[in-house]
Amino acid sequence: MTTLTDPPKESFRLSMLIYDTRYRSMTIQVVAMLGFMLLFAWLINNTAQNLHDLGKEPSFSFLADPAGYDINQRLIDYDSQSTHLRAAVIGFLNTILVAVMGCITATVLGVFIGVARLSKNWLIARIMTIYVETFRNVPVLLWIVFTMAILIETLPAPRAYKGVETGALVLTNRGVYVPEPLFTNSLGNLHFFAGSPARFDVSLDLIAVLIALAGGLIARHFINARAHRIQNVTGKRPKTWHINMAVVVLPVVAVLVALGFYLGYPQLKGFNFQGGIYMRNSLIALWLALSLYTAAFIAENVRAGILAISKGQTEAASALGLRPKRVMSLVILPQALRVIIPPLISQYLNLTKNSSLAIAVGYMDLTGTLMGITLNQTGRELETVLIGMLIYLTISLSISAVMNWYNNRVKLVER
Amino acid sequence: MSDISFVRTEMLPQQAPPATSVGVIGWMRANLFSGWLNSVLSVVSGAFILYVVWFLLSWTLSPTWAAASLNECREILAGHEGACWGVIRDRWVQLLFGFYPSELYWRPILTFVLLFVALAPVLFSEKVPAKLIYFSAAFPFIMPWMLWGGTIWGPLTAAAGFVIGYVVFKAVDRAVGSLAGIIAGVAASLVWWLLLAGPVSGTLGDVLNIGLTPVESRYFGGMMLSITIGVVAIACSLPIGIVLALGRRSDLLIVKSLCVGFIEFIRGVPLITLLFVASTLLNIFMPPGTNFDIIMRVIIMATLFASAYMAEVIRGGLAALPKGQYEGADSLGLDYWQSQRLVIMPQALKISIPGIVSTFIGLFKDTTLVSVIGLLDPLGLSNAIRADAAWNGVVWELYGFIAFLFFVFCFSMSRYSMYLERKLRTDHH
Repeated sequence: MTTLTDPPKESFRLSMLIYDTRYRSMTIQVVAMLGFMLLFAWLINNTAQNLHDLGKEPSFSFLADPAGYDINQRLIDYDSQSTHLRAAVIGFLNTILVAVMGCITATVLGVFIGVARLSKNWLIARIMTIYVETFRNVPVLLWIVFTMAILIETLPAPRAYKGVETGALVLTNRGVYVPEPLFTNSLGNLHFFAGSPARFDVSLDLIAVLIALAGGLIARHFINARAHRIQNVTGKRPKTWHINMAVVVLPVVAVLVALGFYLGYPQLKGFNFQGGIYMRNSLIALWLALSLYTAAFIAENVRAGILAISKGQTEAASALGLRPKRVMSLVILPQALRVIIPPLISQYLNLTKNSSLAIAVGYMDLTGTLMGITLNQTGRELETVLIGMLIYLTISLSISAVMNWYNNRVKLVER
Repeated sequence: MSDISFVRTEMLPQQAPPATSVGVIGWMRANLFSGWLNSVLSVVSGAFILYVVWFLLSWTLSPTWAAASLNECREILAGHEGACWGVIRDRWVQLLFGFYPSELYWRPILTFVLLFVALAPVLFSEKVPAKLIYFSAAFPFIMPWMLWGGTIWGPLTAAAGFVIGYVVFKAVDRAVGSLAGIIAGVAASLVWWLLLAGPVSGTLGDVLNIGLTPVESRYFGGMMLSITIGVVAIACSLPIGIVLALGRRSDLLIVKSLCVGFIEFIRGVPLITLLFVASTLLNIFMPPGTNFDIIMRVIIMATLFASAYMAEVIRGGLAALPKGQYEGADSLGLDYWQSQRLVIMPQALKISIPGIVSTFIGLFKDTTLVSVIGLLDPLGLSNAIRADAAWNGVVWELYGFIAFLFFVFCFSMSRYSMYLERKLRTDHH
């Protein structure tokens, strides 16, 4: 009779940490962690030592000090007595402003150019190719300063408009004036966090318009749901577009009339224009340059997305009896968007990061306020750059999170 | 009964296609005037192109090459619109080389030529002798010496560190084992670099002073600076990127999270903030008393920046490899590093070359950002040139020239990458 004996139990030896695959990964991780912590400790130690020698112990109290500089392009109120923190908030809002404006225009332009590049018209396709190659192969910073130079050099000075009837839109070499929405029976503003550095106002008129619009959209949803139900039962879809339009447009118009809405035009007073919304050259230049530059990249993504859908998809959809419009909306677009949207969002991310080049034209974004003037005035390099980086990181990671969420939602489920 | 019938006995000759569907006219009908909408578009865009070309030509062709200042340009043009090319004639050397001493221009030029020789084994692998790879390995040490000058012993002793590490590794590897060999090799190199290299090169320099005229970093500028930063950062970021990509794909949780953290952090912040770190913070992070040169600091941050992007490109290449390659390498009994070195990396890197080239194009364009922290790259120089009273007010010529330089570099690189993509596609599918 044979007996099976257990293999002899090896006692643990130190060399097993390296030569035994069961323990090796643990060893490597511990060594990596220790190495990282040592490096980190070394950096922290150096920094602490250097800052101590300079007499600048890390502290964030400078954020509560008055900033003492003016910011001419801002979304919420600010003066030179406001704190550095509020200046940073203004900068942050300016970053978001130019990023959002840029993303919208870049998308519109990019989609147009991407589609036009596939045009059957040879000339149009060539023009778009030249556009894409020109913008992609020249640094974005050069485009920004170039656009700024165009605005400054080619547009007339405000005084050139003396005695000239100006319309709604005024282009000067200092900036662009567009009409501002004004209300005769304004409801006033809602003050949030009054007195604190985070204070901001929200116009009640805007809220009223938005509520009317939202109500209209909800009503539209119910009307469409009802039409759908009727279609399922009877096979006939009632006409809804005129009710839909009325339900969305009429409440908004009613609210606007009730509030006494009118457009305030810019007027030349003295040496400059008053009234209207004033967008400085720096904002316009940054916005245009970022949009044009990013549009070239988006155009390539759009083109690739459209080319990625095989012709068989269109033909199969037609064979099912779908009409061209429905083929596009139900078959082609959902598939093309799956290819287009992830690179599109990373282009948004690039645009947002590139907006930090605002400093080259003097637009006061986060880099211009917190990491620019505040840094120079307070001499707090470590703190300002750290906060700035963290804010940019938060923006980027939020955009990535949206992208991952979308990717997971539209991912093809493979068996 | 009539006997009349008509039977054709020979074929008609083939007729030429109608003139409207072949040749120039046919092409135009198909591509430009296929419908009324297309016709309108063609006419409008044709007119647009003619207008732009006419405008650009009339602006570009202006006889101002010899002018010595903007005022002279205006006198020559006498009220007409036109470019003032005198500024380019006067300053193009500066836009290319910055303030590098003019009698030493041969050094950056030679370095640039040698760069292509060193890159040839990578870029055109089948057309050059394989032995050239030894020159590519030596080039990282030749390049800084050629540009910055100084004694030859500095780069030589730095290179000797690698040789010493390798010799020690081989010796210990044979005697004890591979892991001990690696540790001993790295330790020997570190000891050499940190403790011995300085004194040895100093002594050798005293004994036998061979070297080039040293050139300080503050004389660097123009395209030369952009190319230097771009090339050095990409070259250094490649090995770091490979390590990060492998780390991100590994099963080891801590290693993976460190790599992911680094990559996402770098990719999440704008390059300009990293350049602020280079200009204001990097010296604070170093041991007290360290103060190294601003170009060096910018190169370090640009390298970190590029390596995060490089890691993602290489990770893409690794992910594109079929799983069979990994399993095949395992089944041959190769260990992790052997399979990476012999099977995975050669294929993954080959797939990622187009991505690496486009990362390089991106980084090369981003080198213009150094003008924000005060370095004199072409864009920074353009401001300096405009500060000169003679050229105060010159805008388009300078920007146009710089844009042209960047366009030539970036466009040729992107064409090369497309050529490579085509070449690689054939042998991979």
